[in-house]
Amino acid sequence: MSEWVEACAADDIDEEDVMRFDHGGRTFAIYRSPDDEYFATDGLCTHEKVHLADGLVMDDIIECPKHNGRFNYKTGAARGAPVCVNLKTYAVKVDAGKVLVQIG
Amino acid sequence: MARGMVIIGAGECGGRAALTLRDLGYDGPVTLVGDEPHLPYERPPLSKDAMVSDAPEIKAIASDEMLTEKSIRHIHSVQAVAIDRAAHAVRLSDGALLPYDKLLLATGSAPRKLPMPGLGERCVYLRTFADALAIRAHLGAGSRIAVIGGGFIGLELAASARKLGAAVTVIEAQPRILMRGVPAEIAEIIHQAHVAEGVDIVCGQGIASIADDGKEVRIGLAGGREISADLAVIGIGAVPVTGLAAEAGLAIDNGISVDAELRSSDPDIFAAGDCCSFPLTVYGGRRVRLEAWRNAQEQGALAARNMLGAGEAHAAVPWFWSDQYSLSLQIAGLSDEGKSSVRRDLGDGAFILFHLAEDGRLVAASGIGPGNAVARDIRLAEMLIGKRARPTREALGSPDIKLKSLLAA
Repeated sequence: MSEWVEACAADDIDEEDVMRFDHGGRTFAIYRSPDDEYFATDGLCTHEKVHLADGLVMDDIIECPKHNGRFNYKTGAARGAPVCVNLKTYAVKVDAGKVLVQIG
Repeated sequence: MARGMVIIGAGECGGRAALTLRDLGYDGPVTLVGDEPHLPYERPPLSKDAMVSDAPEIKAIASDEMLTEKSIRHIHSVQAVAIDRAAHAVRLSDGALLPYDKLLLATGSAPRKLPMPGLGERCVYLRTFADALAIRAHLGAGSRIAVIGGGFIGLELAASARKLGAAVTVIEAQPRILMRGVPAEIAEIIHQAHVAEGVDIVCGQGIASIADDGKEVRIGLAGGREISADLAVIGIGAVPVTGLAAEAGLAIDNGISVDAELRSSDPDIFAAGDCCSFPLTVYGGRRVRLEAWRNAQEQGALAARNMLGAGEAHAAVPWFWSDQYSLSLQIAGLSDEGKSSVRRDLGDGAFILFHLAEDGRLVAASGIGPGNAVARDIRLAEMLIGKRARPTREALGSPDIKLKSLLAA
């Protein structure tokens, strides 16, 4: 069963930045792209389970704060050593200034 | 038919090089030779997570299936004993002869040996997974561990040993821990964290004697104190593994000497990672040798590109991290390039020291704090260093001014 869950207010996240969101015992990363779109992925790097929200967003890439593993946060695609497993992504919508994530 | 690519050394660097050759579409033979029995694996966890685990496991860089799928031939548990440069072939300890078109030496480094009499089986070093398992077997509540050398490996091991309840004494001959490459202000934070966790740190004292009867080690310090331990772990630095290269007549200069493209004095032989010294472009070609995981990874990949003819110069900024207790340290650049520093406080005790050259150029940044508190700003600092930026001291010292905004400047 998938449900839409409110993660944060749209302006809680700066452009080209990321925020951690915990829900139901799981952790997610919510992104705001430089062109002002919102995205969501699993919160932990697939390499060593580090919180990606402590990492740096550059264009459409999130970089793990620990070992610089890179993912395209829009697609979840792994983009370079040491990561080789893609990130799971989630649908996001903005409604009345709130960011909603579809958690399956 | 292509002789192919041969890589000597199956650690982070060699493993990454092999994978990168395939990622770039190279379809000739790729052979990876390692002297350990394992798949290529990551060494950083050996002093950290793997050391505190009840059942330490290898963190492999590539699985058997991945190596098979990519047609990477991994020859393990053998050593390369000679390079015949004229014949373009490497001889292995099992007698096999491996022909190559290009050869990569990723032979890494080995623990520097303590040049003292009296060392026995209770005096050990940490480099391999097997070393880690042997040390792990001695750690536990009630065990007594002496760490000789207050560098990163020794301190990370000390933290792990404390987590498992061992009594730990760290012995450092220099006036303080982490003398090499870490600013005093940050070393002091780490020192205090160890003291708070119950580690006994003795600085500024040489070792006068060691007696190891196979059951216990007794270490006599120059000041007269004697420390008894069930195990002494020696972490006093590392030396590049250059024997194979030297015997083949390659130029050696604090490691296998390579150019900015990681090519040795033989144009068909490359070297990368801990075993090589190379000109660091970001500091005007200063020749350095780095012992760091990310450097091994990046240089392995760069060597692979250049073995295929990319002609790409090394341009990365050195980067390093260490985890001890809840603290994480990250350093971008080499702080000894700096003449002055500016501090930026990030909250929760986390801070970064930005190191500036005389002309105001940002040359390094050293940060420490809980978890990954300094990671993002250190990464941005690394980019600023790479751009040879000259941010103002005011901007660097003001947490309200985002470092990202300085990148665009």
